[in-house]
Amino acid sequence: MVRKGLLTFKTMPSIATTGVTAGPLEKQSPFSDQFDKIYDDERCDTKTNEHAHAKMMEDACMIALSKVDANPSDADYLLIGDLVNQMTPSNFSATTLAIPYIGMFSACATSISTTIMAALLTEMGMSKYAVAGASSQHNAVERQFRYPIEYGAQKPETAQWTVTAAGVAVVTPQKKGTPSITCATIGTAVDLGMTDPLNMGAAMAPAAADTLYRHLKGHQTKESDYDCIMTGDLGKSGFEIYKKLAGNKGIQITENFRDAGAEFYGDDPLFLAGASGAGCSASVYFSEVIGKMMKGEYQRVLLIATGALLSPLSFQQKDTIPCIAHAVELTMK
Amino acid sequence: MDEKKYAKLEQGMSPKTPLVRNMVFAFLTGGTICLIGQFISLFYMSFFDFTERTASNPTVATMIFIAMLLTGFGLYKKIGQFGGAGSAVPITGFSNAVVSAAIEHKSEGYVLGVGGNMFKLAGSVILFGVFSAFAVALIKTILVKLGVVSW
Repeated sequence: MVRKGLLTFKTMPSIATTGVTAGPLEKQSPFSDQFDKIYDDERCDTKTNEHAHAKMMEDACMIALSKVDANPSDADYLLIGDLVNQMTPSNFSATTLAIPYIGMFSACATSISTTIMAALLTEMGMSKYAVAGASSQHNAVERQFRYPIEYGAQKPETAQWTVTAAGVAVVTPQKKGTPSITCATIGTAVDLGMTDPLNMGAAMAPAAADTLYRHLKGHQTKESDYDCIMTGDLGKSGFEIYKKLAGNKGIQITENFRDAGAEFYGDDPLFLAGASGAGCSASVYFSEVIGKMMKGEYQRVLLIATGALLSPLSFQQKDTIPCIAHAVELTMK
Repeated sequence: MDEKKYAKLEQGMSPKTPLVRNMVFAFLTGGTICLIGQFISLFYMSFFDFTERTASNPTVATMIFIAMLLTGFGLYKKIGQFGGAGSAVPITGFSNAVVSAAIEHKSEGYVLGVGGNMFKLAGSVILFGVFSAFAVALIKTILVKLGVVSW
């Protein structure tokens, strides 16, 4: 049956292991004790921020694969992405890892779009180990999208802080005792005319609410079926708008609604509305959420990663910000 | 939901920019920077052979130097978040814009990186600053020629 953007995985591929690496500032995240590796240097002792970016991704992949006693040479596919122009950090880590690679870009929703593609390859019986994930490095990303790092511009309360983190998942055929991917929803790009790159939460909220609604309706589930419905990086202000929009669509908002970006740096006002970046959802989903599933605290979760599909050029040309949200549903059986 | 409706909802829900607070902080920050500048100017006038008019050049250079150090040590962006326009408008803000861009692009080398990008933020300040100075000077010259004001 063909259904618009709705995917059901009959073989229920598993997320066998995950690997998460993060920068020094991310030590203060409430999730930091679940990260596999935290660097003491924001450039990971490399020469440039971009090299550090690639190294974080490389290490995350190596860590994830080592947990299933696999080497990069055992992996069938590498599906990763980031936010830097032409995704050079991902390309460079792919060169080192030498796993058959497709770079994927869905902005900050890349963690989930890559997981969906990995699940599809696995479902088709064409992959035993598919590595999916995303990363971002604060300095490398901010310099491209905003001002120089040291430039003293005043940011509004809606602004978010790009995280330095990489998160990957190793997707394998169904494996007992690990979270399995049961279904997914590919988002449609939504643009409600927001133009402010320092308020991306508000731009992304409609996309998140739309994908949530389509997932619940399309897969005939209810919001109460999930122990956790976690969005990617709407941030504190965007998260409120998203809950309001979802409520308007008749969805019951409960305590189970969480946002990785809003929670990432705790309540530190220095980070304004919270975290963003491709590494935000990737690092939280593949540590906190998978961890809670392995411990049995969560049985069924819905992960909705959100991405703002803008470029520095598009917003300077006064274009609006189209946004996307992809969802994947995990169960623990 | 259409765009207008959403813009209304978004404006109602997003945290408001605290305008009054920002203006007070900008006033205090900008004022403090100018006060420091005034002291430096007095310093040059009392310890060196400078007049009120000629002391402005070494004063500006000193302020730029201090702002450069603060930028390098990562402190100016903190002042910027607090002070807003108060730290952006004085000459120190100009220095910050130039130095932050220079630091940022060092990884691409000195010619194409530092040299090519140093003025990417400050370039428009120079362009429009020089142009407005020209326009104002032109107006004044005409007024002086007409005998409305004197130099």
